[in-house]
Amino acid sequence: MLGKLSWAAIPLDQPIPLLAGCLAFGIVGGIAVYVVLKGWAPYLWREWITSVDHKHIGVMYVFLAMVMLLRGFTDAIMMRSQQALAFQAPGYLPPEHYDQIFSAHGTLMILFVAMPFMIGLINIVVPLQLGVRDVAFPTLNSVSFWLTATGALLINLSLVIGEFAHTGWLPYPPLSEFAYSPGVGVDYYLWSLQISGVGTLLTGVNFVTTILKIRAPGMTYMRMPIFCWTALGSSLLIVAAFPILTATLAMLLLDRYFGFHFFTNEAGGNPMMFMNLIWAWGHPEVYILILPAFGVFSEVVSTFSGKPLFGYRSMVAATMAICILAFMVWLHHFFTMGAGADVNAFFGVATMIIAVPTGVKVFNWLFTMYGGRITYPPPMMWAIGFIVTFVIGGMTGVLLAVPPADFVLHNSLFLVAHFHNVVIGGVLFGAFAGYTFWFPKAFGFRLREDLGIAAFWCWFVGFYLAFMPLYVLGFMGMTRRMQHYDVPAWHPWLLVAAAGVVVILAGIGLQIAQLVVSVRHREQLRDTTGDPWNGRSLEWSTSSPPPAFNFAALPRIEEDDAYWQTKQRALRQHVLADEPAYTDIELPRNSATGFVSAFFASFLGFALIWHIWWLAALSFLGAFVTFVAFAWRDRTEYRVSAEEVARIDRENRRARRAALAHLGAAE
Amino acid sequence: MSDTETGLHLHDSDLAPGDERADGREIAEGIRGYLVGLGLATLITVVAFIVSGTSLVWQPSIPIALVVLAIAQMGIHLVFFLHITTGAESLNNMLALMFGLLIVVLLIVGSLWIMTHLNHNMMPIERIIQMQH
Amino acid sequence: MSIALEDARIDVGRRSYLGLRIEHAERSLASKRVISGFGFWIFLLSDIVMFSAFFAAYAVLSGETAGGPSGKDLFDLNRVALETACLLLSSFACGVASIGARARSDFMYYGAMTATALLGAAFLFLEIREFAGMIALGAGPTRSAFLTSFFALVGCHGLHVTLGLLWLLTMMAQVFAKGYRADIMRRVLCFGLFWHTLDIIWVGIFTVVYLMELAK
Repeated sequence: MLGKLSWAAIPLDQPIPLLAGCLAFGIVGGIAVYVVLKGWAPYLWREWITSVDHKHIGVMYVFLAMVMLLRGFTDAIMMRSQQALAFQAPGYLPPEHYDQIFSAHGTLMILFVAMPFMIGLINIVVPLQLGVRDVAFPTLNSVSFWLTATGALLINLSLVIGEFAHTGWLPYPPLSEFAYSPGVGVDYYLWSLQISGVGTLLTGVNFVTTILKIRAPGMTYMRMPIFCWTALGSSLLIVAAFPILTATLAMLLLDRYFGFHFFTNEAGGNPMMFMNLIWAWGHPEVYILILPAFGVFSEVVSTFSGKPLFGYRSMVAATMAICILAFMVWLHHFFTMGAGADVNAFFGVATMIIAVPTGVKVFNWLFTMYGGRITYPPPMMWAIGFIVTFVIGGMTGVLLAVPPADFVLHNSLFLVAHFHNVVIGGVLFGAFAGYTFWFPKAFGFRLREDLGIAAFWCWFVGFYLAFMPLYVLGFMGMTRRMQHYDVPAWHPWLLVAAAGVVVILAGIGLQIAQLVVSVRHREQLRDTTGDPWNGRSLEWSTSSPPPAFNFAALPRIEEDDAYWQTKQRALRQHVLADEPAYTDIELPRNSATGFVSAFFASFLGFALIWHIWWLAALSFLGAFVTFVAFAWRDRTEYRVSAEEVARIDRENRRARRAALAHLGAAE
Repeated sequence: MSDTETGLHLHDSDLAPGDERADGREIAEGIRGYLVGLGLATLITVVAFIVSGTSLVWQPSIPIALVVLAIAQMGIHLVFFLHITTGAESLNNMLALMFGLLIVVLLIVGSLWIMTHLNHNMMPIERIIQMQH
Repeated sequence: MSIALEDARIDVGRRSYLGLRIEHAERSLASKRVISGFGFWIFLLSDIVMFSAFFAAYAVLSGETAGGPSGKDLFDLNRVALETACLLLSSFACGVASIGARARSDFMYYGAMTATALLGAAFLFLEIREFAGMIALGAGPTRSAFLTSFFALVGCHGLHVTLGLLWLLTMMAQVFAKGYRADIMRRVLCFGLFWHTLDIIWVGIFTVVYLMELAK
């Protein structure tokens, strides 16, 4: 009846994950009860859960990413403290638990922190920058988000019911095959990634279509802000790479569930085929994450240098080159697998080549700053911290791209230090830069800058403290994923790394404080102008937060840096452009499709993990019926009347006029 | 890459794959198009099946011939059934297709190259068994 | 969404976009059609990439018979020819159905859709017979890596055909319930693209899996 599920699935022998899980679910449940008691549930349902507004979906993505960041960071604290304690001692985490922690940490941080953070920013910003009212497929967008949330839910469920994978963040066979991992851990991994992967793929389709097909009049390709270009690159990579992940995980699932022989050691199966296929996804995935971060930095650096981006065309070319090259380097993740010199040399050289477009970008940012009137609010601090850190990470990456060097350094902490150097220094700093940069746009008030700067310094210093020792340890021969060790020389370095984590923890604490304090003082921090940073692209031309329809009349773009030029003209002439003729606007209606289908997908995933076949069939049916029911709707849009549009827009224009007068007086 | 309105920036005249005008007059023409596609596809399929079993041609050329025929047939399906053309009006469709095909080729050729190379460098299993004795 | 698109369309047409909503209703529908078609095309390309991973696995593992039967021992060229004919004719019928829908001809639409469905079902029937026969011979997917990759690749295509049939029936029901409304027509277009793409993938399968094996 319940498949493999029984009371034994509750890990009573492992108090730490059980208590942590109960605590987490208790908090979430408590918040849910509080929300219902306060009578906020209808608001939540109407404005957020069923919303198909790209801005709301984006905010939910970022929120999900931040919550998962806390979970992933907790794992990091446990790993660092374990290694600090486990010198000639067993430490406090038993090996089977420690294995689950590093597996969950990697999976969460890449797929449920970095991905949703970037996709969230893309969601909030890209339609605004393109000067349009929504994405190509708004309801699909909501489905994407809720499927991602389902994946996150399943992974966290593994804390309390059953176990998570012991295999590392990529479940390499034969260890991940049923014979060696008979538990449900790998299945939790596989199904949560399959389900959230569908969501990610649909997001990619949505944004490729949006950017290529829906832009404001006059927004030609070469006038698009660079963030749109990088979002396009990232979406193209999603569309091309995620199907490979789906196929590869499907093969492993077939091996595990039906005794197929893709990756087994028996009957002609080939485990190395898994490394080959998973990295054919895995490498592009890295660029899926970093490209939008590059976009964020481009916007931030140009805004706070008060200059147009240096080398816009080379930036576009570099982005598109990375899109192709990202698919030609995947073997560098398994140089040591035993391919000969020809293959290793080809992929080594290709890896060094892909560093070139990235280098181009770094120089472009530096030249953008050169001669600019630079200001240093938090987004710019993150950007400068990024440039320094990312260059170091990039160079250690080129070092690892040399196959002979890789034979020495592979699987060591040097590698761990390298990819944290690029993922934290690149992607996460980019996410935080974007978060602090666009927060006022999304919510209508600024974040406190003093706390933001303090948080930056904690992260920055903490990062170097935590990861530079790992480079050293890598050279000293310490391999990754060690639960305990006996080498005295390693111990001090691991203590320093643990201290670094404490400093980062302070940074996270300051970020939470920044958010709480800013929300409480939101009236003082209110952004009335819609343009708090003296921005350059179209998202700053509408109010903060933007109305549901984004723009009362679609902007007409006649030159680069669309909003900057308009603003300069208005400043020169001391008047705003004429009021447009307002018309009715049709917007997509809310839809529960995403939430309901994700509801069924959660049960589907859970049932498949635990082999509860009747529930799986029932949930699949439920999801299908949801889709058909959605397809049966007759009215999919609602209308905002011209008077309503006029009322909202006139308010915005009044604020603009005041801001203009203020700016004009300052000049 | 052109950024002019007449280049890539084609909102209005851009076609979806399979997109045509719905004029009643052109029904016959539409069906004729599908019939031509069907005829050509059938022809190529039949040739492929015959080639695969024939002993009349130099044997190593058969796989290459089959691949060429398959690519030709896929092209015919794309043109006559999916209506993907090289015209300016479906440039985006075409570019997307090219990108997709590039990935497909990279993945299949790359996997084959890498995996045969791994096998090539591996000691034959018989040798390993011999060494154990 | 709609207004944004309408405006964009109308503007590029070099007309003032103010106050032209009703006049341009037809145009805006066409543009939504373009967007749906393009988005679905992107999705199909991603599906093709997914198949390419299965093709890559098959190409690498097809020689690994582990002492079991090879393709030469198992494949029946006549059946493959019949399957190919079914799918090709089904693809043609699907094209006719899309013309029927555009011509608002019930007879043509429902007739051709029914033919598409029957031919698709016949294909599936043949494929299931083939699979069942192989499993009965002890040549199931668990026998060797070659058979694993064969069943996964061909089965994945079969699964797509099955889902396509489900979609096809839904589309017939939708047109029946709602008529040839613009949004329904967009779905008919997408379904057609899906069905034709399955045939393209089948071309790859019968070439790489069956014909190549028998030509060895």
